[in-house]
Amino acid sequence: MSKEKQLIKFTKKGIYCPQGKFYLDPWYPVDYAVISHGHADHARWGMKRYLCQHNSKPILQHRIGRDIKIESVAYNKSITINDVKVSFHPAGHVIGSAQIRLEYQGYIVVFSGDYKTQPDFISTPFESVKCHTFITESTFGLPIYKWKSEKELQNQLQHWVKTNQANHRTSVFLGYSLGKAQRLMSLLEETDDIFVHRAIHNLNEAISNSGLQLPETQLWSADLDKKELQNKIIIAPPALLGSRMLKRVPNAATAICSGWMQIRGNRRWQAVDAGFTVSDHADWDGLIMAVKASEAEQVYVTHGSQAVFSKYLNEIGIKADELKTEYGEDAMAEAEQESETLIQ
Amino acid sequence: MKQFSELISAIEITNKTNAKIAALVDYFKTAPEKDKLWLIALFTGKRPSRPVKTTLMKQWCMELTELPEWLFLESYSTVGDLGETIALLLPKPTHQLDLSLNEWMTELKALKPKSDSEKKAFVLEAWSGLHQQERLIFNKLIGGSFRIGVSKKTLVNSLAKLTNIDANQLMHSIIGKWDIDTISFEELINGSHINYDNSKPYPFCLAYALEKNLPELGKANDWMVEQKWDGIRGQIVKRNNEIYIWSRGEELVTTQFPELVEAVSNFKDDFVIDGEILAMKDSAVLLFNDLQKRLNRKSVTKKLLEDVPIGFYAYDILEFNGEDIRSQSFEERRTLLEKIFNSVVLPEQLKLSFLVEFTEWEELHAIRENSRAINSEGLMLKQKVSPYHTGRKKGDWWKWKVDPLTIDAVMIYAQKGSGRRSSKYTDYTFAVKKEDALVTVAKAYSGLTDKEITEISRWVNKNAIEKFGPVRTVKPELVFEIAFEGIALSNRHKSGVALRFPRISRWRRDKPVEEIDTIETVKQLITAP
Repeated sequence: MSKEKQLIKFTKKGIYCPQGKFYLDPWYPVDYAVISHGHADHARWGMKRYLCQHNSKPILQHRIGRDIKIESVAYNKSITINDVKVSFHPAGHVIGSAQIRLEYQGYIVVFSGDYKTQPDFISTPFESVKCHTFITESTFGLPIYKWKSEKELQNQLQHWVKTNQANHRTSVFLGYSLGKAQRLMSLLEETDDIFVHRAIHNLNEAISNSGLQLPETQLWSADLDKKELQNKIIIAPPALLGSRMLKRVPNAATAICSGWMQIRGNRRWQAVDAGFTVSDHADWDGLIMAVKASEAEQVYVTHGSQAVFSKYLNEIGIKADELKTEYGEDAMAEAEQESETLIQ
Repeated sequence: MKQFSELISAIEITNKTNAKIAALVDYFKTAPEKDKLWLIALFTGKRPSRPVKTTLMKQWCMELTELPEWLFLESYSTVGDLGETIALLLPKPTHQLDLSLNEWMTELKALKPKSDSEKKAFVLEAWSGLHQQERLIFNKLIGGSFRIGVSKKTLVNSLAKLTNIDANQLMHSIIGKWDIDTISFEELINGSHINYDNSKPYPFCLAYALEKNLPELGKANDWMVEQKWDGIRGQIVKRNNEIYIWSRGEELVTTQFPELVEAVSNFKDDFVIDGEILAMKDSAVLLFNDLQKRLNRKSVTKKLLEDVPIGFYAYDILEFNGEDIRSQSFEERRTLLEKIFNSVVLPEQLKLSFLVEFTEWEELHAIRENSRAINSEGLMLKQKVSPYHTGRKKGDWWKWKVDPLTIDAVMIYAQKGSGRRSSKYTDYTFAVKKEDALVTVAKAYSGLTDKEITEISRWVNKNAIEKFGPVRTVKPELVFEIAFEGIALSNRHKSGVALRFPRISRWRRDKPVEEIDTIETVKQLITAP
């Protein structure tokens, strides 16, 4: 058996490490799951044991359950499981997100989970890790996806809020509770008072209790006086679009924040007032940079534009294969929506 | 171009017509004179011809980005728009160009006769000096449609709001002949170049769908009944040797139907006639699908004129030799219309809408059922004493359409839409069973909610057989009820049948693919004419 095969095997339940006897972000219940980050398509319920990076621990406990059996490790520290050296390295995707590095008898596999190479104001910046086999996502694996710098993005969002205020409108940003919400908070901090939906508020509390400092926000509750919200900033999960709660916001101007907003058709698809390209994932240049920096001899491409990105990598001389997983925007959107609509 | 770029951004994000109008009014209040005229020209199809071929633009973009062609095409099929794809792919600008809309248009006009290498130098310089949204607009200025939901009507409504001038008059003004080099904005909107008295239309009289039983309408003898034709409602205005054709959407469509203009010029009287514009060959009415090939064309070619000839069924007369006769009874107006139409040898394109002969209400049921065989949508019931009302009024006119036919079919191909729909799979091809295989029967792209489209798009992403290109073959699994207005045998279609105006009536999540229709059961729906 090759060393790669001793380290990773692609099974129906997820990516398995035969030597270590654990799974990486499995999508079915297993005995031992090593988790890259807290999004619902990567961290699922029902595992007998969880292992993750320190900052992901409160998130998993909040989302999956207080009573789960969970251990955590700091970034760049390693633990050994059945002779496999396991360590977590910053992925720059959301708070606590990590690339998982496995090493056995000198052979190294890195599973990236989801990642973003551009630094933002809140998550620990991405660090590339050298390896023999690199498993990469490809959510935005087309050259049309190129992100603005965090500073440019901040100017754009702040300008929109100020224009809204001049027109007596309240700015509502829609983005997922984990990741997008905290990122928006960091981008809009000091622009004006920020109110957040309860789903975000509760998650923020869980994160703060573990000692991480988040920008200051207030809870947007149904009994809040309308006047208090007027001209302010609200951050809410996308599932709230079209909800009664959102309709009660005085003179709301609504913006969707997502990497898909790069394309006009997507911005216009939903009846909103603006669409901002704010993504937690690597853009085209970021994906290529990460793959090249890993110096891997074998790349596996998961969720997103697998076909396109692996074809391109092979053309530029990097051996790549598609890998079918159950991660991805759709799976996550469905799972996140379920948890978010419960609280309105 | 900053101001124009902001206008486009403001318009494209909203689907509310009022917000679009507000943004346009704002632009007209503040933009420079020539820019305003260019805006009107661009949105009414009065633009200079394309100075640079799209294939060249694509080629230059590929050179600059060093991308392989397949990856360019893959990006294009995701974005759904060439100008936008190029704008997204190009590297970041190196400097900032600041030219007005008029300056850009003037440069582009001058570019037309130049050599390819001069064109290339110009386009590359522009691309490197504009940011993403302005680049997209620049590419659109070269050629192509903005697809942002601004119709001529929306444009006219914003001008009407700005100036308080009658919207139909403004429509005539902007559609009429004018030259951007010689006219001022003031002159254009005041219509100094047109004579509105000659084109002024009347508001259309519209009918409600029949909502009671026939005998409740009173005595059958008090009513006149016609076939309801499925084309576009039109008003032909003939005054002082000038002829105008207005559509029900209050757009001037005169130049789209040259054969009608010629046919109407045979009459010596002046009049305003209400009727239906239809595709018509050898006196038979063709399908609406055929008529669509003639709509909104920039130029009407000889081939198109031959392939899809246009005819007109006259329903009513509203004005005769300068006199407004809308208050007369329908019976009187109809008599006059017949007299005029019988006074000349009628050209083949012009027909008098024929009255259905009947004495008892019951007779109409069978006649209505037969409508489909002559490509009619059903019947129109009009009270003999009714005046020509303004707009929709209940009681005097009723439309009584035939119920649509339906079949259950399975989706086999999905394709992305365009404009607002470019990010989702919205256009589907459906098949029914033919022995052990499937055969395509219809393409349809309407009738689903945004939510359903989003769900189906996700399903397509997961279940597509191809990985590249714009069309996805999918597993035959999703069943839909397809409604249509008519069905005929056709040897141009592989299935042997052609459906008229097919659309999705609902998604049959309850139905397994084994239970879809067969081509035999579909053919049984054909009734002999």
